[in-house]
Amino acid sequence: MLDDFMIRAALAGVGTALAAAPLGCFVVWRRMAYFGDATAHAAMLGVALALAFETSVFGGVLAAALLMGVTVTTLSGRGFAADTVLGVLAHSSLAIGLVAVSFLSGIPIDLMGYLLGDILAVGKSDLAVIWGGALAVNALIAWRWSALLTATVGSDLAKASGMDPQREQLALTLCLAVTVAIAIKVVGVLLIAALLVIPAATARSLSRTPEAMAVTAAGLGSLAALGGLGLSYRLDTPTGPTIVSLAAAMFLASVLITGLRQTT
Amino acid sequence: MTASEPLVAIRGLSVRLGDHDILANIDLDIHPREIVTVVGPNGSGKSTLVRAIIGALRPSRGSIARRPGLRLGYVPQKLHIDPTLPMTVARFLSLPNRRRAQDIADALHTAGLPDLHGRQMSALSGGQFQRVLLARALLEQPDLLLLDEPTQGLDQPGSAAFYHRIEEVRERVGCAVLMISHELHVVMSASDRVVCLNGHVCCHGTPEVVATAPEYRALFGTGTQGALALYRHTHDHAHDHDHPQPEHHHKDHAI
Repeated sequence: MLDDFMIRAALAGVGTALAAAPLGCFVVWRRMAYFGDATAHAAMLGVALALAFETSVFGGVLAAALLMGVTVTTLSGRGFAADTVLGVLAHSSLAIGLVAVSFLSGIPIDLMGYLLGDILAVGKSDLAVIWGGALAVNALIAWRWSALLTATVGSDLAKASGMDPQREQLALTLCLAVTVAIAIKVVGVLLIAALLVIPAATARSLSRTPEAMAVTAAGLGSLAALGGLGLSYRLDTPTGPTIVSLAAAMFLASVLITGLRQTT
Repeated sequence: MTASEPLVAIRGLSVRLGDHDILANIDLDIHPREIVTVVGPNGSGKSTLVRAIIGALRPSRGSIARRPGLRLGYVPQKLHIDPTLPMTVARFLSLPNRRRAQDIADALHTAGLPDLHGRQMSALSGGQFQRVLLARALLEQPDLLLLDEPTQGLDQPGSAAFYHRIEEVRERVGCAVLMISHELHVVMSASDRVVCLNGHVCCHGTPEVVATAPEYRALFGTGTQGALALYRHTHDHAHDHDHPQPEHHHKDHAI
């Protein structure tokens, strides 16, 4: 069954969506969208490093994303304007990554594949990495769920209950790095943040509790992955962007439906 | 556990934020079942004191000793729940620990609310929101309830009602209360002890003692005397034995 590239692509898409959705809810609730962007863009630097040192791309991306996440968290904790710091780091790491990759002469590089994903080229080992990562991310979030949610509602509330909001932030940073590392194959550096934010934002108007929103986002994300894969096959369009476009269409539909419901 | 053993013992506490000593050399004990009110002008470090007690701010000097196993119920001055976060009242009350439906209903009742557990937090009025925060703090079964300007956004009768409710809660739950307020004259009547704060402890004692203290008058003027009488009510129980005799003196601090 896994010998069919479409089956592998479908499993990769769903696995990535499942990793991204609950995490994406926290990205939305904590206004970390730009943070997600910066972490994802750092992945390009990770790709360059991995190719230069001939290690696995997954490892390189994971390290770069983690480094970026910790750097941003530390800097914004020290009173730098988070928005500006993120803007500087997000785009410079992408640019430097691209420049670094161009130095690697002699290695044939599918640059578009890293930027926009190449889900149809997912192999069996990629699948193992994606599903392993997705399980790890969701296990960590499930384990920390209550503390994460309390810290998201109010860090002082968490403190008063004896929790450490900074440790929860670190857990999210770790999840984000893993998700970036597994999603790069599916949607590429440029669109990872979209996979985090859009299903979660769509799920918002359909949910009454945080748990419902996380589950709904996972469902919507998977639907977008499968639907986008099918559409791109039929229309012969690039798969990653098609998945994100479909997710965006779902978001638009949810906004319109909510708007209509409120006016009637 | 003895009544004389303080829940929280603060000794020589200083908190420095950036280049400023927000609090300098604070000594304060909070004993079981007493209601202590902290008053002070804006920027006097009232919220900083509460945040230091819950552990959100680290002392730059001095110490805060909490009785081992002390349970805190914290009602923040304001809480902004991001509109992207769907949250029913029941779910909010189950943060961080899952609560039984019956406990949630009881806490809402104690906080003076109808059973609106299915309501979205974003759909609550300011007063309801504040009382939901109180209900959540009560569900922690606190030994010490910390209230940071709990009546912001309430009108004066609303505030007075809220303070009466806090007294009822103290009777029912048996917790101590540390309350911060800028509504000096309203809050004082419900307090066993008042601490007047302005970076340091200016004066402290019973409401009457503080209201007539020259340091207090220097900070707030004398215009609140009539209002204090207006909201004054008689205590039909005694709890003065729980804490040291009220004292009233001024401390000079070299900051």
